[in-house]
Amino acid sequence: MYALIFPILLLIIGFVFGRMNETKHLSSLNRREAELAHITTTNLKKLPQGFSESVLVTGNVVISIDYFKRLMATVRGIFGGPIQSYTILLERARREAILRMKEEAAKSGATMITNIRLQTSSVFQSSKDSVGSIEVHAYGTALK
Amino acid sequence: MKDMIITNLETIPGKGIVTHIGLVQGNTVRAKHVGRDIMAGLKNIVGGELRGYTELLTDSRDESMQRMMEQADRLGANAILNVRFATSSISAGASELFVYGTAVVVA
Repeated sequence: MYALIFPILLLIIGFVFGRMNETKHLSSLNRREAELAHITTTNLKKLPQGFSESVLVTGNVVISIDYFKRLMATVRGIFGGPIQSYTILLERARREAILRMKEEAAKSGATMITNIRLQTSSVFQSSKDSVGSIEVHAYGTALK
Repeated sequence: MKDMIITNLETIPGKGIVTHIGLVQGNTVRAKHVGRDIMAGLKNIVGGELRGYTELLTDSRDESMQRMMEQADRLGANAILNVRFATSSISAGASELFVYGTAVVVA
């Protein structure tokens, strides 16, 4: 009986705080994306006309899923099908990494970022079958 | 080395390539840190960003870039074009951050 209390407590904590974190993060993403909407982003290689200076800008974020969603994903792993919790996690990480890159570009006074590349990796994995933490790294050339 | 131009484009606005020097690269392998791991363990329960790891990877990538720039500098380049980053998991708890590009002389 006592052995069950701890995992159940972790599930409740994970569910409550995980949901709080996610809602807070998504609203912060929406707000910051609207603020930085003036920076055009492309993944084209061709250099547009009318710019005189370029600088490499990067942004990265390491993000982790909560205990409750991790269990849900494990359950999904038995039956198959889409794992909504990881889809949202990766979307949040990508948007955050792109925003950090845009913030760096905005600081240097750039108005456009071109040739954007995104890479996703599973970092500091503790065992082969665990997902661990996810890192998204975004980089591109800021132009002014 | 202060005025080394780094870009992931194949050209630099307003400048032309004088000589191609060749491929330059830099890498670092970093292991995680026990103190940061305890915090990360807590974050694995509630979810969210692992700030310690984000910083660790940013610092490691900067170091890789520094190594690449030093190599380009030794070869007499003043710019690195078409820079690409790669990340790989080497073993449990360690990651390699790799960066490469083409060193050139521009004017």
